[in-house]
Amino acid sequence: MQPFAYVRPATLSEALTLLDEHGPDASLLAGGTDLVVALRNRTLRPKVVIDLKRVAELRPSISDEEGWTTINATSVLTDISEDQRIRARYPALVDAAVTVGSAQIRNRATLTGNICHASPAADTAPALLVYGAIANVASVRGTSRVNLAEFFVGPRQTVLQPGELVTSIALPADATPRGATFVRITRRRGVDLATISLCCMVEATGRTQFAFGAVGPRPFLVADESGLLADLDVGDAAKDEVLRRLLTQASPISDVRGSREYREAMLLVMSRRALRLSIARLAAA
Amino acid sequence: MRIHVTVNGAERDLEVAPNTTLLDFLRDDLRLTGSKECCDLGECGACTVLVDGRSVNSCLMLAVEADASEVTTIEGLAKDGRLNPLQDAFLAKGAVQCGFCIPGQVMAGQYLLQRNPHPTLAEVREGLSGNLCRCGGYVQICEAVLAASEVGR
Ligand code: FES
Ligand code: FES
Repeated sequence: MQPFAYVRPATLSEALTLLDEHGPDASLLAGGTDLVVALRNRTLRPKVVIDLKRVAELRPSISDEEGWTTINATSVLTDISEDQRIRARYPALVDAAVTVGSAQIRNRATLTGNICHASPAADTAPALLVYGAIANVASVRGTSRVNLAEFFVGPRQTVLQPGELVTSIALPADATPRGATFVRITRRRGVDLATISLCCMVEATGRTQFAFGAVGPRPFLVADESGLLADLDVGDAAKDEVLRRLLTQASPISDVRGSREYREAMLLVMSRRALRLSIARLAAA
Repeated sequence: MRIHVTVNGAERDLEVAPNTTLLDFLRDDLRLTGSKECCDLGECGACTVLVDGRSVNSCLMLAVEADASEVTTIEGLAKDGRLNPLQDAFLAKGAVQCGFCIPGQVMAGQYLLQRNPHPTLAEVREGLSGNLCRCGGYVQICEAVLAASEVGR
């Protein structure tokens, strides 16, 4: 690792001022499970590392305000998957959080870091997309809210501008009853990136959404408003037709985890599976 | 930067460069070489230690991040020269082959048993899924964790 300065701001305004001053020379440190690897591989060569873990406003916390469940920037995946409110309201996010890395990784990795790192295969992204999550963004210039569906630009690229950081991720309270499931394929259980991952949500209104990871340059969200997918009286062939249409937006590539053809074939299989599980979860809700 | 850490119960006050991982700090500065360096990527678990009671890959953490924390390494498990029940179980079950991965396996098992004193085999396998054993002794390793959980019954 090349040398860098390490700073540990105590307040958000200090952190934002530091980020503003150092611009592209600064890297933000939350959990460090991606950053430390990048520092060692020298894919990132910051002059300054800004550790956010002691920033008062960003301390690990999960809170309820005005119809939103807000997860602060330094909350780690273990905190999230063990939180009773998250377990009750956002089970697909829990499904996703517990598949990330290993117990050791989940004890350090943050949800916000997983999102800001913007890997096309980020495990938590599909669930956050179907739940309609937003990112609360701050800079010295002020704050804003970004819908997660607009957050990812491409591999490792987000809409965040220099000087901006995500202070929390917020999920809206469920308006209508719904069932959601996260499924993924990996080569081995534990410490592997997804070959494909997806999250399905079926609402009582019949609206069905899918979000996909690892099958395009960024995680993305699609919806079926016709109600057909959620309809128990519609046959598999008709549903497959709708699923295939939704899946035309996927553009998987071939890599060490699988070929494009394998990914395409498994997308349909896993979409059917997630749809069935989501319908069952809706019925149980 | 100067950091204050409690390692295996002993308070330490030391100067450390920001570009030092917690693993290198433990091994090179404190001469606690039980935690192993292998992948340096967070994939193998050989470097597993507990920080404030939670298992972490010490190769993925900067030493400066551990300032004001409590760290437990494999060297901290034995008390008064006696191995702890999990370490005993690793010996009794023949779970140690070359031994390289074992400090990490034991620390991951220790964390699992703290959170879930009576895990099922599936839970043990899941809890240790971040720890690789090149000798492939997974069956015995899982048996050892299960045996240690029986001791607590
Ligand atoms: S050396 Fe840390 S996980 Fe492999
Ligand atoms: S005992 Fe040799 S690597 Fe596990």
